[in-house]
Amino acid sequence: MKYVIIGNSASAVGAVEAIRKNDKKGEIVIISNEKYHTYSRPLISYLLMGKTDEEKMKYRDNSFYKKNNCELMLNKNVTKIEQDKKQIVLDDGNLISYDKLLVATGSSPFVPPMNGLDKVKNKLTFTTLDDAKALESVLAEDTRVLIIGAGLIGLKCAEGISKKAKITCVDLSPKVLSSILDDESAQIIKSHLEDENIKFYLNKQVKEFTENTALIEGEEPIDFDVLVLAVGVRPNISLVKDAGGKTNRGILIDEKCKTSLPDIYAAGDCCESVDVSTGETKVMALLPNAYMQGECAGMNMSGKDTTFNKAIPMNAIGFFGTHIITAGTYTGDVYFVSDAENYKKLFYSDNKLNGFILIGKKATDKPVAYERAGIYTSLIREKTPLDSLDFSLLCEQPGLMAFSKQVRAEKLGGEV
Amino acid sequence: MKRVYVNEEWCLGCHLCEYHCAFANSGEKDMARALRNIKINPKIKIEQSGSISFAVSCRHCKEPLCVKGCITGALSKKDGIITIDKNKCISCYTCILCCPYGAISPSDDGAIQKCELCIKNSEGTPQCVKGCPNGAIVFEERGGEI
Repeated sequence: MKYVIIGNSASAVGAVEAIRKNDKKGEIVIISNEKYHTYSRPLISYLLMGKTDEEKMKYRDNSFYKKNNCELMLNKNVTKIEQDKKQIVLDDGNLISYDKLLVATGSSPFVPPMNGLDKVKNKLTFTTLDDAKALESVLAEDTRVLIIGAGLIGLKCAEGISKKAKITCVDLSPKVLSSILDDESAQIIKSHLEDENIKFYLNKQVKEFTENTALIEGEEPIDFDVLVLAVGVRPNISLVKDAGGKTNRGILIDEKCKTSLPDIYAAGDCCESVDVSTGETKVMALLPNAYMQGECAGMNMSGKDTTFNKAIPMNAIGFFGTHIITAGTYTGDVYFVSDAENYKKLFYSDNKLNGFILIGKKATDKPVAYERAGIYTSLIREKTPLDSLDFSLLCEQPGLMAFSKQVRAEKLGGEV
Repeated sequence: MKRVYVNEEWCLGCHLCEYHCAFANSGEKDMARALRNIKINPKIKIEQSGSISFAVSCRHCKEPLCVKGCITGALSKKDGIITIDKNKCISCYTCILCCPYGAISPSDDGAIQKCELCIKNSEGTPQCVKGCPNGAIVFEERGGEI
């Protein structure tokens, strides 16, 4: 059996680890368009902050490929999948045959057309290790950095360089982190970031760029030295789409992480999958989902029938010592408590927890809002009927106490 | 694979497991000295309500969502035991978001912490178990694969 994996990040690693549980001998080829050992992309902002380094960023240790007997091909782009011949074509013209193929191509930064963007010399995106290195190389003391996009990528970038740079952030959305926060919590985080000297222009759009200036309607021109484009990312679907596979915004996969094409699987940020909290099919570009989809694909590719149908949107992210943990969707009735340090909002309806937003500073003597958040996450993921537990107790404090005695006995006395 | 199991029927709510956990991981030789004037931050924690109490620590799950979700690769599972490489952890708390038992918590040294069955400290076997005066916490084999 020959397994070929396009991509070298979380899904690829998940697939390799799964395949090797079932098949110790089959050939595994991993193709990456980067030059690096598998690394954690979300860590690039921590690299700029000095909280990690290139060695510690490695998602698996140096022996990973050898231990799992994988052939790693770096710096190669796949240009085409020829599914009728069960082979892929590389940009150097080489052909690689496969028995089972995993497409784990991730996503790429999306840069919308903006007037004058071509005049800007120092502009970059922020999703890869090379991006981080490029940004670092153009930063000097008090470099003025303009970030377009106040989402997860833009703001993590801002935090990463805040000690060195003077940062301004522009977003079309009226709030920061619009993909994971509601209006009220977004305001709290925005104020917190403003305290760290990040300047915001929200609900605003750059009308035109010159080499070092951005013009925004109704505002003074913003001068900058470096422009970071962090508007969003798009799933890399073209290989599967061009081969005739079903795609929407992302590659469409089933619960086995199989595409519509024979022997071709897909996993991670390049895919759409079903959000358990709403039943909708959407792109959920999150590392835990990417790993688990890759793992599911790897199991099925190596002959062990496996299903992954527990994906939900979820995020854990911190800024300057304040942690945000969120999951699910923000619809239904609301349980809400907050004080100066903590913010907790739970959303529920139809006897189910739909989602939550938890924000807290570093642990103090008091319980922090995000403590034991996974107990809430599990209720969403498992669609646990809320009348099967003490929900009012659970709202106050997530704990196993809220479950029935029998469930507790299973959780604490059984093998899980 | 031996794991820590908890029987709430026997738990006295004395919190001794928490103190033994904190002491075992303090690196000190004397318990009184190790715990004097500090607020302990143990990896095993008692939940208490009315007459019910029980200890909760890492279940070392067969399908560990914390390990699968860890964005850095700092959490890993070897020989049935889930451990944290504190050097790699950047405290994003994705594991806290993922763990269905609430068994992972922030530590005092910047990384996260979780029960590692005392394999990294000088004791080598779970001290919460040893310190439980009523046999409510046991370390034993209850069948099944790793």
